[in-house]
Amino acid sequence: MSAPAVTTDGRGAAASRSRRRPAKKRPTKQLLGLAGILAFLLVWELVPRVGIVEARFLPPASEVIAMLFNDFGLTAFWLAVGETMLAWFLGLLMAVVLAVVLGFIIGSSSFLRKITNSTVEFLRPIPSVALIPLAVLLFGVKIESSLMLIVYASFWQVFIQVLYGVADVDNVAMQTAKSYGLGRFARVRYVVFPTALPYLMTGVRLAAAVALILAITAELVIGSPGLGREIALAQSGGAISGMYALVLATGLIGVLINLLMRFIERKTLSWHSSIRSEVIV
Amino acid sequence: MQPETTPVSTGRTLPEGQAMLSVRGVKKVYHTDGGDIEAVRNLTFDLKAGELACLVGPSGSGKTTLLKCISGLLAPTEGEVLLDGARVTGPPKKMAVVFQEYGRSLFPWMRVRENVELPLKNAGMGKAERDKLVDEALEAVGLDHVPQSYPWQLSGGMQQRVAIARAVAYQPEVLLMDEPFAAVDAQTRADLEDLIRTVWKKLGVTVLFVTHDIDESVYLGQRVIILSSSPTVIQEDLEIDLPDERDQLNTRALPRFTELRHHVYEQIQRAKQGHRPAAATQAGSAS
Repeated sequence: MSAPAVTTDGRGAAASRSRRRPAKKRPTKQLLGLAGILAFLLVWELVPRVGIVEARFLPPASEVIAMLFNDFGLTAFWLAVGETMLAWFLGLLMAVVLAVVLGFIIGSSSFLRKITNSTVEFLRPIPSVALIPLAVLLFGVKIESSLMLIVYASFWQVFIQVLYGVADVDNVAMQTAKSYGLGRFARVRYVVFPTALPYLMTGVRLAAAVALILAITAELVIGSPGLGREIALAQSGGAISGMYALVLATGLIGVLINLLMRFIERKTLSWHSSIRSEVIV
Repeated sequence: MQPETTPVSTGRTLPEGQAMLSVRGVKKVYHTDGGDIEAVRNLTFDLKAGELACLVGPSGSGKTTLLKCISGLLAPTEGEVLLDGARVTGPPKKMAVVFQEYGRSLFPWMRVRENVELPLKNAGMGKAERDKLVDEALEAVGLDHVPQSYPWQLSGGMQQRVAIARAVAYQPEVLLMDEPFAAVDAQTRADLEDLIRTVWKKLGVTVLFVTHDIDESVYLGQRVIILSSSPTVIQEDLEIDLPDERDQLNTRALPRFTELRHHVYEQIQRAKQGHRPAAATQAGSAS
């Protein structure tokens, strides 16, 4: 009798549970997430202070965070962020445009799919970083080098998703479009593209993360301007706290990018079964 | 092996120039890896303008194949389909199709209104005229209150209404329906049957309604074309001489309704047992 949620009416219990859960659970989940971060920072703070790791290799969290806030006030920091974000954005944009155009063309022809399949499967696993020497050879220490690596790595993420998306077009939807006189172009626009859009959005979200990794990598290894180069410079200059602060900054950028992508996904796919909420059955 | 003579059994045909839709000796053979499958052997019949005919046959009798040939989505292996005298080679402008799978036929990324509007927009119709036709069509199917909903927010019966509204707004001369009510519940189905009769009378459109439901075919049609089992020929072309005003209670209670239903049922049973129409059998034995 002590548990009011347990009633004789199973359906009523299930309904009230499902109604109550999201309201109760969400703040708990966020609180837990926050607690996790605080615990992590606490461990980080303690490890160098207790002396498990020397502070010159791992400065305490408070020191690094203070350094990060210090960075926020520096023009040089924001310039570096700008460089990295520019490379990220341009690289991602080029990769997406290229992948969408090629994906739709190749995806809608079984002949092209078959003829390109083996080449794609060969090129796709090549790690983008293996192209660093080539990029330097072609473009030197400039943003173009970063772009080449970013485009190569992000392209496959989007391209493969678009291929899947185009293959997922419903036969009945296609026949409906044909029977109502929609031509080839109209069918791509009104049927194939919306069908492939959820796949495309997944591809873009994956590619956005990969593009950031490659942007930082390129700057770090090649030395093209951006946060990655700043990290390398801080390290060689012995500014260990500064280096960690910059690493934290890249992590924050990654989180922001993911949030942005989720937001865009939610907006563009409000009709899709993975997003939509209210369904009257 | 002697070449098999084509069975000559046909449905009702009209003199040249009087038919809205002519199906002439249509045969469809699917070439698959497992060999050829003859889905439809030889079908000939005419629909006159403004007629409502039902096509009924045992399951697997090639009803959907025939409908796809008529709608220009599938090319017949032999024979031809004529719409208003012109040969059908692709989906014709004057024709609209309502599919059984409304959930897949309506686009989930478009609102109800956009779904109905799309074919008109694609045809290059002006905004004002489009709006008028869409409003009228949605009103005709009793859905003028949900234009901003998405199809998946509606019940199955309502979704099929949207699909019908889309067909109505397209202003076709021939409306093809491929077992449109097979996936909705019995009560909704009765409502939708009456809706089809109403829309058909109001628009004067020629309707070919494919179904496997015998009661439905007799209740709806002015004429029922009964198909044999596969490979398909026409088993019988039956005139439905029920009064023009039909309603679910009284029409279905008429002795004549029961007789016709009984007759169609018998024919379907015979078709299932492999019986071929007289002409086809004769042609068969002559070979």
